[in-house]
Amino acid sequence: MRRSITIVGASLAGLRAAESLRRDGFAGRISLIGDESHQPYDRPPLSKQVLAGDWEPERAVLTPAEKLEPLGLDLRLGVRATGLDVAVRELEVDGVPEPFDGLLIATGARCRTLPGTEGLEGVHTLRTLDDCLAIRAELDAGANRMVVIGAGFIGAEVASVAVGRGAAVTLVEALPAPFARVLGEEMGAVVADVHAANGVDLRCGVGVSTVSGVPGAMTVELVDGSGVDADLVVVGIGVVPNTDWLEGSGLTLDDGVVCDPTCLAAPNVVAAGDVARWTNPRTGESARVEHWDNAVEQGRHAARRLLTTDEEAEAFAPVPWFWSDQYDRKIQLAGRPNPDDEVRVVDGSTDEHRFAAFYGCQGRLTAVLGMNRPRQVMQGRALLEQGAGWDEALEVAAEWG
Amino acid sequence: MRIVVDYDLCESNAICMAIAPDVFEVRDDDFLYVLNEAPDEDRREAMEEAVQRCPKQAIAIEG
Repeated sequence: MRRSITIVGASLAGLRAAESLRRDGFAGRISLIGDESHQPYDRPPLSKQVLAGDWEPERAVLTPAEKLEPLGLDLRLGVRATGLDVAVRELEVDGVPEPFDGLLIATGARCRTLPGTEGLEGVHTLRTLDDCLAIRAELDAGANRMVVIGAGFIGAEVASVAVGRGAAVTLVEALPAPFARVLGEEMGAVVADVHAANGVDLRCGVGVSTVSGVPGAMTVELVDGSGVDADLVVVGIGVVPNTDWLEGSGLTLDDGVVCDPTCLAAPNVVAAGDVARWTNPRTGESARVEHWDNAVEQGRHAARRLLTTDEEAEAFAPVPWFWSDQYDRKIQLAGRPNPDDEVRVVDGSTDEHRFAAFYGCQGRLTAVLGMNRPRQVMQGRALLEQGAGWDEALEVAAEWG
Repeated sequence: MRIVVDYDLCESNAICMAIAPDVFEVRDDDFLYVLNEAPDEDRREAMEEAVQRCPKQAIAIEG
């Protein structure tokens, strides 16, 4: 019987894990350790409502105090886990060793930086509340020319909010289309069209050579020789998992904490959220999944794993799902498309930026994409959970029209 | 048990509908409709799942 559980990382995966332990009846001590001093908060609003100025930061709090308090958590904020030794079951917090009974690692990821821009004052990344407020402060102070480097989730949403605030935005993407790696070029082109329709100057298939200047007078030079002037620059080129503190811990690290299919990284140690790499038996793919919904589900799964014997442990086999709000469009994807999948629009129209599309491969449905089609995406997700065939999925979609 | 949705928060992600289509429905107008505001007690587990999984935490259970 486990007496106590320590959770490192007080963001979505970690907090939901703690809540889930209490809901499952675990009455032992739960320590939740986070290196940010803010109360645990939700990150999606940082590139949406909070950046737009529509919400004050308090509104992004993950669990309000009146719901958090009854859980009786030992919440330790503003402290950092600095080391781990799995063999002797010892964690190190701000340099001080402490034993653990069960450990859940949910230290997430941090923004990748653009080489050569470290320390440049006018260049921002967006991951934390403080990052968000720094960009918002510049917009509040009148910055109205923005270059966004990288048209992934963060870049696309920041561009969208900045346009909504009246800024002139140039969005630079090295791939041939936004989201091309996730959605393929055909659907990526539809996303590109949405940006263009909202007045963004989208430059695809071109890399950045240098960024220079000071806030209010920045210049971004592209590899095609062109230059773009801006008041501020936001870089959204992906994240790297926070595993530095785990060097020498005895855990296997390889672009994340490597776990077995049940989320176990070592005896008594599990991992969840952006930092965890595991093989999803549904796809056979070993990967980290950086989506919000995965942090919730994996946090809960990993927490339960700590209370389960090896014999009873279940594999974590979700159908991945994400959403992204850009301008007045909601983009949702369930499943994981392969680069060579057939893509078919099954409802609505791409020209109207309101549609659902299926991805398929070898007679199976692999993913469902929706733009302002949440109902269809969720029905598609259910089909993916059932392992639906391509023809079967098309029959279901035929009833949507 | 009573289901309350904060429509200022709801963004029609339709997760709740996937969990409990008998209670939640997102229609083609992109709005969420609660089909049954007072589900039977045997639906409590599904309702709690919907509360947990809502990306906007827009659903609450009263009673």
